[in-house]
Amino acid sequence: MKTLRGIHVSHDKATQDCETAAFPLPEKVIIPMSQHMGAPCKALVKKGDTVTVGQKIGDTDAFMSAPIHSSVSGEVVSVEDFLNSNGSVCQAVHIKTDGAQTVCPDIKAPEISDKQSLIAAVRESGLSGLGGAGFPTHIKLNYDAVKTPIDTLVINAAECEPHITSDYRQLIEEPTAVIEGILMVQKYLGIPHCKLCIEANKPKAIELMKEKTASIESIDIVTLPQQYPQGAEKVIVYSATGRIIGEGELPSNQGVMVMNVSTAAFIKKYADTGMPLVSKRITLDGSAMTKNQGNYIVPIGTPIQNLLDYTAAENPQMVLYGGPMMGITLYDTMQPVLKNTNAILAFKEVKLPKTTDCIRCGTCIRTCPLNLMPVSIEAAYKAKDVDALKELKVMLCMNCGCCTYACPAHRNLAETNQLAKGLIPRPAPKK
Amino acid sequence: MKGLIVEPSPHRAAPITTQKVMLQVIIALLPAAIAGCVVFGVKAALVLVTCIASSVIFEALCRKIMKREQTVSDLSAVVTGLLLGMNLTSEIPLWMAVIGSFVAIVITKQLFGGIGQNFANPAIVGRIVMMFSFTSAMSTWAKPYWYKESADVITGATPLASSDGVEYMDLLMGRCGGCIGEVCALGLMIGGLYLIITKIISPVTPLAFIGTVAVMTAVTGGDVVYQLLSGGLMIGAFFMATDYATTPLTSKGKLIFGIGCGLITFVIRNYGNYPEGVSFSILLMNLLTPYIDRLTRTKPLGAKPAVKEAK
Ligand code: SF4
Ligand code: SF4
Repeated sequence: MKTLRGIHVSHDKATQDCETAAFPLPEKVIIPMSQHMGAPCKALVKKGDTVTVGQKIGDTDAFMSAPIHSSVSGEVVSVEDFLNSNGSVCQAVHIKTDGAQTVCPDIKAPEISDKQSLIAAVRESGLSGLGGAGFPTHIKLNYDAVKTPIDTLVINAAECEPHITSDYRQLIEEPTAVIEGILMVQKYLGIPHCKLCIEANKPKAIELMKEKTASIESIDIVTLPQQYPQGAEKVIVYSATGRIIGEGELPSNQGVMVMNVSTAAFIKKYADTGMPLVSKRITLDGSAMTKNQGNYIVPIGTPIQNLLDYTAAENPQMVLYGGPMMGITLYDTMQPVLKNTNAILAFKEVKLPKTTDCIRCGTCIRTCPLNLMPVSIEAAYKAKDVDALKELKVMLCMNCGCCTYACPAHRNLAETNQLAKGLIPRPAPKK
Repeated sequence: MKGLIVEPSPHRAAPITTQKVMLQVIIALLPAAIAGCVVFGVKAALVLVTCIASSVIFEALCRKIMKREQTVSDLSAVVTGLLLGMNLTSEIPLWMAVIGSFVAIVITKQLFGGIGQNFANPAIVGRIVMMFSFTSAMSTWAKPYWYKESADVITGATPLASSDGVEYMDLLMGRCGGCIGEVCALGLMIGGLYLIITKIISPVTPLAFIGTVAVMTAVTGGDVVYQLLSGGLMIGAFFMATDYATTPLTSKGKLIFGIGCGLITFVIRNYGNYPEGVSFSILLMNLLTPYIDRLTRTKPLGAKPAVKEAK
């Protein structure tokens, strides 16, 4: 298989054989009204209201957004400002759970019979990309089939980050939901081919999915090389189809739709039950956790502190949303589990490597999957040379972190690239 | 819970450091350095030690005086000192060697900002400045001591400057006159290979450099093996033309750099006044490196040619 460069990081998938269990219901959940790319939702409930599981508690008419539902039954104790981990402020609904987990009476399986009804159902489900950026799934599904016809659905089950095993457990525990979700998307959107891509370090999952899809012609199982970042959108599209997503393009420009494996499975489950996105399968792991490491179905809004208590985390020095390569560090353990959370990792005794002067060894260039030149981008950023930054195509950088990882001087190259992007004026929106 | 570390991703790092890279270079230089000491005796060892010690001291003093973070532990000064020493004759008065280190570390490296910032290879500038300042001392070569009755110095010519035939095998094994680190071509090749295998250096530069000299010599009817094994070609091609700071970043750039070095070396060796062109060729190409870098950027995946902004 032709693939792009990358790095080899140790997998540390200690939790891969931990069967998913239900996480004990927390006493209180905090549900932020912004868990997707677009404008935040407006809270539909106020202090003192009683809510039920699956009840819609936030919505908006804004384009890039998805509604938000309560993950518990209980009483709204407050609606207050909340600082997102990306620095923006939105509202968050704090709910005290009553322990009954009464299901919202409005919940019923949606009627899905064509593309439009699928898209409408997916929007109502509150689904937004479970992989990372929080791109609302219904927007992705609602592509323009005339301008950018899509012929291949790439299902991302690479899970190339160390420690995380939640997608793996999804494959092992609910293979049928994955396959049926894929078939639904293929059927209603008219996408003829599907490539279900799994990294080679999960032989059991590959075996199982091959077996389950043996009679389904439209689904191919692709074994990805064991290399980070196979799960990055541009890389997985290249590995699966050989197509290159160009500057300023979406996968749809290349006839591809990329979807996370848990997203596909969720679509199927939602179609069956109508229960919106209120909980997530999450991997709990990391050197600070001393017991109960594993995979759990956790209600969205559960404070991370509950997860740390449950795993008896000892003096964690670093707590991550997501994996060690692209995860976000938490500054406050009262931050909640979000729709796109796939792992909470807690580490003790983190030794941060010291940053030293660049020796111009070129390692960063040789490791970048996209052939960028981080060392030159850094120089251009320091010189505030916007033209050079444009020529060096910094906007293409996907923040995968390979360059920073491999740099012998341990320079924060990936971060610098993100800062450098800010210097480049955005093209005026097309009228 | 407080005191959580907040930092940009990634939160892992490869176990490599600048110090480890430099250590590999030092290891790679050792076979040829040891061979040089065997061939030329204690004097050679003294020159090497003097160069290394003075380089390290200059580096430490510079950082201290300039109130910059102390960087001696990255071992780059050891590499510079060792390389400089290996580029000297074993007969050089030690105080001159110290001056060479001063030029290399203080003037060429630290005044330009330290590691990675210098535009020319410190050891090469050190050697060239010494060549102009102490011309006669720099070209007083010791004959390898197993060729002599007495252990005393006899001023002999380096193979490139002498017309006497030298056996290829002698060049390979270091049984000839020359600089301390240049004489054992075999040791240099082993070291170079080690750096290529451990991915510390790219094979492109040495292949292009040595290849160009070989082709040009063959085309003009010269003695190819002799040209390759003698003088500073091996040490230059494997250890100095691959210096990170002063050579191009990309493979395409390294190719151009190597070919350029090869051509200039060939021209100087055959038509110039100096018998040895390797140092000059690398220095000249060092100066061109920023331009080569600008012309040989990689093509990022998915990059589109810049479109003129429509007004
Ligand atoms: S890997 Fe680090 S030290 Fe090497 S060129 Fe890139 S930024 Fe410089
Ligand atoms: S430059 Fe960007 S895309 Fe390339 S390795 Fe670094 S973070 Fe990844």
